[in-house]
Amino acid sequence: MSKEIALELKNITKSFGRVVANRNVNLTVYKNEILSLLGENGSGKTTLMNMISGIYFPDEGEIFVDGKPAVISSPKDAFGYGIGMIHQHFKLVDTFTAAQNIILGIKNEKYNIKLVNSRVREIAEKYGFDIDPKKKIHEMSVSEKQTVEIIKVLYRGANILILDEPTAVLTPQEIEKLFAILRKMRDDGKSIIIITHKLNEVMEISDRVSILRKGEYIGTVNTCETTEKQLTEMMVGKQIELKIDRVKVESTKPLLEIRDLVIRSDDGSKAIKNVSFYIRGGEILGVAGITGCGQKELCEAIAGLRKVESGFIMHKGESIVGMPPKLIIEKGISMSFIPEDRLGMGLAPSFSITDNMMLKTYGEGKTPFVNRQAAREKAQALIEKLEIATPSTETPVRRLSGGNVQKVLVGREIDANPNVIVTAYPVRGLDINSAYAIYDILNEQKSKGVGILFVGEDLDVMLALCDKILVLCHGEVMGIVHAAKVTKDQLGLMMTGAVNLTELQKEKNFGIAKDSNLTETEWLNAANEQNGGAENEN
Amino acid sequence: MLSTLSTILVDAISMGTIFLFGCVGEILTEKAGNLNLGIPGIMCIGALGGSFGVMIYSNGAADPTQMSGFWLVVVSVLFSMLFAGAAGLIYAFLTVTLKANQNVTGLALTTFGVGFMKFFAKRIDMTNFVVASKYFKNLFPFSGKLGWFGEIFLSHGVLVYLAIAVAIFASILLNRTRTGLHLRAVGENPATADAAGINISKYKYIFITLGSAIAGIGGLYYVMDKTNGTTLAEASIDSFGWLAVALVIATMWKPIFAILGSIVFGGLSILAMDLTTLSFSQLKIFDMFPYIITVVVLILTSIFGKKENQPPASLGL
Amino acid sequence: MKTEKVKNDPLFHVSKNDNLPRWKAMLIRAGAVLVALVICGIMSVILIKENPFKIYGTMITGAFIDIWTLLKDIAVLLMFGLAVIPAFKMKFWNMGANGQVLIGCLCAIACMKFLAGKVPNVVLIILMVVTSIAASVIWAVIPAIFKAFFGTNETLFTLMMNYIAIGIVAYFSFSWSDGSGTIGLVNYIGSKNYMAGWFPNIGNKYVMIILIALLVDAFMFVYMKYTKHGFETALVGESVNTAKYVGINVKKVIIRTLILSGVICGIMGAMFAGSLEHTVNTSICGSKGFTAILVAWLANFDPLMMLFTTFFVVFLQTGAENVSTVFQLKSTDYSNIVVGIIFFCIIGCEFFIRYKIMPSQRLKDILSGKKTRSAEKKEEA
Repeated sequence: MSKEIALELKNITKSFGRVVANRNVNLTVYKNEILSLLGENGSGKTTLMNMISGIYFPDEGEIFVDGKPAVISSPKDAFGYGIGMIHQHFKLVDTFTAAQNIILGIKNEKYNIKLVNSRVREIAEKYGFDIDPKKKIHEMSVSEKQTVEIIKVLYRGANILILDEPTAVLTPQEIEKLFAILRKMRDDGKSIIIITHKLNEVMEISDRVSILRKGEYIGTVNTCETTEKQLTEMMVGKQIELKIDRVKVESTKPLLEIRDLVIRSDDGSKAIKNVSFYIRGGEILGVAGITGCGQKELCEAIAGLRKVESGFIMHKGESIVGMPPKLIIEKGISMSFIPEDRLGMGLAPSFSITDNMMLKTYGEGKTPFVNRQAAREKAQALIEKLEIATPSTETPVRRLSGGNVQKVLVGREIDANPNVIVTAYPVRGLDINSAYAIYDILNEQKSKGVGILFVGEDLDVMLALCDKILVLCHGEVMGIVHAAKVTKDQLGLMMTGAVNLTELQKEKNFGIAKDSNLTETEWLNAANEQNGGAENEN
Repeated sequence: MLSTLSTILVDAISMGTIFLFGCVGEILTEKAGNLNLGIPGIMCIGALGGSFGVMIYSNGAADPTQMSGFWLVVVSVLFSMLFAGAAGLIYAFLTVTLKANQNVTGLALTTFGVGFMKFFAKRIDMTNFVVASKYFKNLFPFSGKLGWFGEIFLSHGVLVYLAIAVAIFASILLNRTRTGLHLRAVGENPATADAAGINISKYKYIFITLGSAIAGIGGLYYVMDKTNGTTLAEASIDSFGWLAVALVIATMWKPIFAILGSIVFGGLSILAMDLTTLSFSQLKIFDMFPYIITVVVLILTSIFGKKENQPPASLGL
Repeated sequence: MKTEKVKNDPLFHVSKNDNLPRWKAMLIRAGAVLVALVICGIMSVILIKENPFKIYGTMITGAFIDIWTLLKDIAVLLMFGLAVIPAFKMKFWNMGANGQVLIGCLCAIACMKFLAGKVPNVVLIILMVVTSIAASVIWAVIPAIFKAFFGTNETLFTLMMNYIAIGIVAYFSFSWSDGSGTIGLVNYIGSKNYMAGWFPNIGNKYVMIILIALLVDAFMFVYMKYTKHGFETALVGESVNTAKYVGINVKKVIIRTLILSGVICGIMGAMFAGSLEHTVNTSICGSKGFTAILVAWLANFDPLMMLFTTFFVVFLQTGAENVSTVFQLKSTDYSNIVVGIIFFCIIGCEFFIRYKIMPSQRLKDILSGKKTRSAEKKEEA
C-alpha cells in the first residue's frame, strides 16, 4: 500500500546558544498514520515539535507539507498548513466556555457562538469526544480540558496533529477513550504525532515509532515489527561508564520509612499511588522516572509542603505527616528541588547569597535580629569550598549563573547538618565539573551516615552513584533495585511501564524494611488511627 | 407618597449617571487587566475638556440662545472624550509600554487630573453655560404630560440616555462580540491570549483609552446637567470618581448591573437630602453606604463567588 | 534558508536589567526630573508668561520660606510612607493609609472630647495614643485578614476602607460640633478644658512630629533590614512558595505586617489629634496616603531613600504653591500639575532603569536602509 506523505522534515538543526537541541533530524509522517516520537527527557522531542508548530524556527533544514516546502514562523502559519499542536500545559482561559476558548484568536469568520457550539458538537460527534461546548473551563476535569485543546486544533482545520505527552495527565480509562478517538481521526485521513514515554502505549497506539536521543535522530521502526526491548535500547543508548565512586558505607537502620503513600497533584489527580519505600542512613536511594511521574509531589510531601492524602511518612519512627514545614526542617530533613527554571523553590532570587544562606536558619537565636554576620561567614566559606563564581557574598542570587545558584542551594542544605537529604535534579543544567562537585558533596554526606533521596534525570549517573534505585511510572512503584545489579535497559523498561517488578515479586513486601523502627502492631495502630481519623472526618 | 418615590428615583438616576460613565469606562479598562486608579482624575479632565468644548461652541455662536443644541452636545462630548482619552493614553503609555506600576501611575494621574481641572477651570469662560445647559437637559419636553412614567423615565437629559446606551453597548461588546472575547482573554490570561495570536498591547491601549474617554463624559455630565452649568472649579468630581471605581467592584464587572447599581449608589447619595428629618451629621452616614456595600460584595465574592464574578485574573499585574 | 522569526519583529528587544550601576540609575532619574522641569517650565511660561528661571527661583525660595512647616510636612508625609512600606515590601498593596490615620485620629479626639477634665492630662494623652493605635490597627488588619484567608483583593479593599473611614469621621465631626459652626473642634477655645489632651510642645509645635518621624524611620530601617520579622516580610514579597518552603506561616506574616502599618498610622492619628490639628475632619489627611505610595515606590521601599523622596516631593509641592501665590494664580492646584508631570516623568524613567533596551535586527536593517527580512520573505512567496 503506497502512502501519501503528509509532513517531511529534512536535516533540521536547532540550537539555543551553545546547546544543540536538534541535530540533522529527519522525520516523515504519512497520512492515515499515528507516529510515536520516543525519547528520554531532553532528547529534543518538544523542540522538534515546536518547530513544526511555529513556536521556534529551525536554524537549518527544510520542512515539507504535502510535498511542498513550507515556511512556518508562527503558530498561525502552522495552522495555515493544517498543523496543530496540543501542548502539555493547556493554554485556556479559565472563565471562558469550551466554545469560547476554541474560537479564541480566530478572526476571519462571523462571531456567532451558537454556530460555534453546534460546530463543536459536530466535531465531537464525528470523532467520539464527550464535550459540552457551553461548560466553563474551570468546571472541567483535566481530560475535558485536553478535549477542548484537541477540538481547538480540529476546529481550525488541522490535518496534522501533534500531541505532547497527552496521556501523562489521564486515567487508564481516559487513555483508552483518547486512543479510540485518535484511531478514528487516523482513519479519517489525519496524521497524528504523539510524544510519549510509555512503551506499552507506543506499542498500542502507533503505526510507526521514531526515536530521538540527545537531539539526534536515531531511526524509525514499524511498531508491528519491533519489541519494547529494542525500542528501549534505541532510546537510552549504550551504557556509559562514569567515574563516580559509589562509597561503601555501613548503612544504619531506616531513617525515613514511607508506606502506602497517596498524594494528589494540583489538578486533583493522584500523583503518587500507594508508594512504599525506605531510606537508611549512609545510603543513596535514587528515584528514576519520566518527568511528571510524581517525583515533585513526593518531595513536597516529605518536606511538609503538600497534603498527604493517606499513608505514612515516618522519620526515625515518628510520623511527620501533617507537621508544619518548619518542624520537619528542625528534625533534620532537608529538601531541595531544582525546578526547570532553577529558581522556583528554595531560593529567593533577589536576595543576596548571605540572605539565602540563612533562609532556613534566620530564626535562630533569642534576639529579634537576624545574625547576618554568621550567615556571611557561612556564605564566604561556601563560596571558597564549592568555588562559587560571584563578585561577593552580597550579590543577588539571580545574577549568578545556573551552576553557581545550585551550589548555593545544595551547599546551604548540607550546611544545616541534616540527617535526611531529599534532592531533586541537583545537577540540572550543570557542566561536568560542577556536577562532580555536587556528587562529591552527596557522597561525603553519605559517609557521614546521612540518608539521601536522589531524584535524577541521567540514568548513567544514577547507576554509578546510587545504592538502590526506586523506579516510578505514573505515580506507581515499578520496582526498587540495587544499582549494581541492574542495567540501563531494565531501568528504561520500568520507567516506561513495560516492566513492573512489584507484580513479579509480590511476596517480597516491596519497600518495607525488615528492621523497621516500628513494630508491626505499632504500624497497625497508626493505620487504625488514620482510618479512624478519616471516618470521623466523614 | 408616589410623588416622593418618583422624585427620589429621578434624582437617583440623575446622580447615578455620573458614576455610570466612570464605572463603564473603568470596567472596560479593568477587563483589559489594568486597574486604573486615575479614573477620578480622568473624570476631572473630562469635565474640563467638555466645558472647554461648551465654551468654544457657545461663545462661537452668534446668539447663544439660538444655537444648535445637537451640535453643542456633540462638540462638548467629543472634547470631553478627547481630553479624558488623552489622559488615558498617558496612563496606557506608562503602564503598558513602560511597564510602570499601575497603582502608582493611576494615583499620579489622579493628582495631576484634579489639579489640572481646578487650575484651568478658572480660565473657562462660563457666561453661556447656564443657557447651554438647557440643551443638555430634558431630552423629551413632552415627558411632563406623561405622569409618573414620564417623570421617571423620560424627564432626563440626553447624557443620561447616552450613559445607559454606553453601558448596554459595553455589555454587548464584552459578551457578544469577538472583540469582547479577546479583550476578556487579555485581562484573564495574557499568556493564552498571546498564544492565540491576540495583540495584547493593542487591546490594552484601545480599551484603556476608550474607557477613559467614556469616564470623562461623566465629568461633563456633572457640570452641564447635574449642576446646570454652574459648577466647575468647585466641583469635587474626583470623589465621584472613587465611587465609580467602587461601583465596578460592587457590580462585579458587569455593565448591565452597573446601570442598576448606579441608581442604587445615586439613590444613597441623594436619599439623605430628600429625607429632611435627618440631621446634617446623619446625612454623612449615607455617604459611606456605597463603600460598605462595595466591601461586602468584594468579601462575599472572594469567599463564595463564582469565578466569573471575580476581578479579571491578571488585574493590576 | 537561514531566517529566524520574521513577522512582526519588534523594533526593540527589552530585557530585565539587574546590573545597572547605582550612579547610572541616579543619572537617569535626574534626567527625568530635568525633562519634567523643562516641560513645567514651558507650561509656566505659557500660563504665567514669566521667565522660567524666575519661576524656578520662586519655587526654591518659596519652599524654604518657612523651614519648620517644610520639615513638618516632610515628617507627616514620611509617617504615611513608613506606614505603607512594610506592606508594599510584601507586595500587599495598602492603599488605605488615609483611612487608617483618620480612624485613629477620630478615636484620639473622642478621648479628648469625653475624658477632658475627668482624668489627669497624662492619663488622657496615654489613652489617646493607645486608642488611636488600636483603632488604626483594626482598620488595617481587617483587609489583611481577608487577604490572608480568602485572597480578597487588598488594593480594592483598602481603597474602599478609606472612604468608609471618611464617612465615619464626617458623621462624628459634624455631630460633635453642636452646630456652632466650628466644625470638628473638640473643646472650644476659651472653654475650661480646651487644652486637655494637647501634647506638650518641644520647642515648638512641630518638633515632636519631626522627632517621631525620624525615630520611626530609623526603626523601620532597622526592622526591615536587620530583624527576623523584616526578613520574613521581604521573603513573602519575594516568593510565597519559598516562604512556605522554609516554613514561614504566610498568613501570620501578612497580618502581623499590617498590624505594624496600623501602629504607625495610629501614632500619626494621635499626633494629628494631640499635637498638630487638635481636631478631626475629613480633610486632615488630604491625599497624603496616596502621595505616600508614590514616595514609597520612588524610594524602592527603602526608609533611608524615603527621606530624600519625601523631601523632594514636599519641596516641589511647597515650591509650586509659592509660585501660585507669588504669581497670583490664586490656587494651589498649580502645584498638583507640576508634581503630576514630574511623577509621570520619573515613573516613566524607571523603565529605562529596570530594563535594557536593545535595537533589534529589524531596526538595524531599517536604519541601514537594508531590505527587511519580512520584505524578503514576501518576495520569496
